Amino acid sequence: MSQATVPVPQPPPPAPEAGPVVALHNVAVSFDGPPVFENVSFSVAPGETRILLGPAGVGKSVLLKLILGLLPPLEGSVELFGNDISHMPEEKLFPLRARAGMVFQEGALFDSLTVRDNVAYQLIQEGVRDEEIDARVHDALRFVGLEQTFDLFPSSLSGGMRRRVAIARALINQPELILYDSPTGGLDPVTCETIIELIVKQRDVRATPSLLVTHRLQDAFTLCTHRYDSEQGRMVPLPDGQINRNTTFLMLNEGHLIFDGTLHELTHSTNAFVREFLE
Amino acid sequence: MAIQSIERTAKQVVLTVQEYSLFAARALMNLFRPPIYWTDFLIQSDIIGFGSLPIVILSGFFTGGVLSLQSSATLSEFGATAVTGQFVSLTMIRELGAVLTGIMVSGRNASSMASELGSMVVTEQIDAMRALGVDPIRKLVTPRIFATITMLLFLTIVADAFGILGGAAVTVFLNHQNGTQYFNNAYEHLALPDIVQGLVKPLVFGYIIASTGCFYGMRTTGGTEGVGRSTISAVVNSSVLIIFVDFLITHLLLSLLPA
Repeated sequence: MSQATVPVPQPPPPAPEAGPVVALHNVAVSFDGPPVFENVSFSVAPGETRILLGPAGVGKSVLLKLILGLLPPLEGSVELFGNDISHMPEEKLFPLRARAGMVFQEGALFDSLTVRDNVAYQLIQEGVRDEEIDARVHDALRFVGLEQTFDLFPSSLSGGMRRRVAIARALINQPELILYDSPTGGLDPVTCETIIELIVKQRDVRATPSLLVTHRLQDAFTLCTHRYDSEQGRMVPLPDGQINRNTTFLMLNEGHLIFDGTLHELTHSTNAFVREFLE
Repeated sequence: MAIQSIERTAKQVVLTVQEYSLFAARALMNLFRPPIYWTDFLIQSDIIGFGSLPIVILSGFFTGGVLSLQSSATLSEFGATAVTGQFVSLTMIRELGAVLTGIMVSGRNASSMASELGSMVVTEQIDAMRALGVDPIRKLVTPRIFATITMLLFLTIVADAFGILGGAAVTVFLNHQNGTQYFNNAYEHLALPDIVQGLVKPLVFGYIIASTGCFYGMRTTGGTEGVGRSTISAVVNSSVLIIFVDFLITHLLLSLLPA
């Protein structure tokens, strides 16, 4: 109850002159058949967290891959950090991708490398000194609460631990954008909460713009209604009636973006599918 | 329906050839542009070169032995068993050393490349690598191609040497002929075009093995079943391609450098 009197620190709103980190304009994607989705347009502003909702198989993961140029769009354009990457050659995409972090659905850790080498993969390729790599890997693993796994191989980790190592790998180079692909999918409720807490921590402590794909409404609402308390070192609920202003929603269904707005707009939407999804 | 099916298959074949050509060319170009991942090259050289040594030695030795057995049986009808050494050494160096080693290494390494890279594709590790800003072709494919080309050259030389030794063992211990005569005959009739032919082939075969193995691995779809399909395609296509290209190289080199 006393939380209501505590002033709630909100991440600073993005500067109005700053352009979007990601912008999609009338994008369509197809794999030798009818489009997976079409006419999809939205953007992610600096400091903003966007939650992409939708039923399984609607193309949410495809959309994330599209943003990093891992897949080309059939139509429309994709802008990443102000660069149109729709038809950019692969070699020119690598430096742009290195500025972003992505957490894959199953973690996608390199199974022949230790946790240390997985987390440090980008730093090793950049030729960073071993001492600095070790220090930064320890920092990243401490952030996700897995410092003890430094020398282990991914095969000896649980599903939740792998997901957290993947988050550490995505965060180690201080990315300017983070893409989370169903980071809590298939995990138990306690591990889900741990991972959502990490995402909230990254959002509130470092204010990194992000796009999170999920079909778990509970996770999405937790992100909106909680903040990270650095003093307590844990995630705490926002006072009643308050939500994180920089966390907004998108919803994909049947190949179209059917919703783009705030939590309030989502819960008051008149769209039949949105209503069904929320119920 | 049948015509549509043929048309679709033909388009698929042309598309595969086009994709393979672009993939193989890109991987080859990376050999001459930094960064080159030397550590990965050395690791792959150890796996491909040292790892393949036992099978190459055994297959080379027994192939030389069989050549000696077969040739001496035929040559004895003309009283020409003395040229067994020449027959074995020329056949091994010009033809069988390179082709057999190529097929052996293809069975061992093209399959492992296709299955390893295929598993990485289906578990999104390749996408993760790309997302981390690292070019998987430069990091995974180019070192494998470079290592296979280099190691296949040395493995072919080893296979040639053990093939000639196998022929000598059969000549001396089973056919009870003079070993010095065998080696003299084997050495004296060797000419530069024979050596050139024997050493050009493994360079091309190495490129075929690694590029085919990596190509099928990198285009894997369909989960673990797809990994199996990619592995089969890699071994079958690289083996057939080796034999086909061997014919072309032999024809070309015999016109350029007649024996």
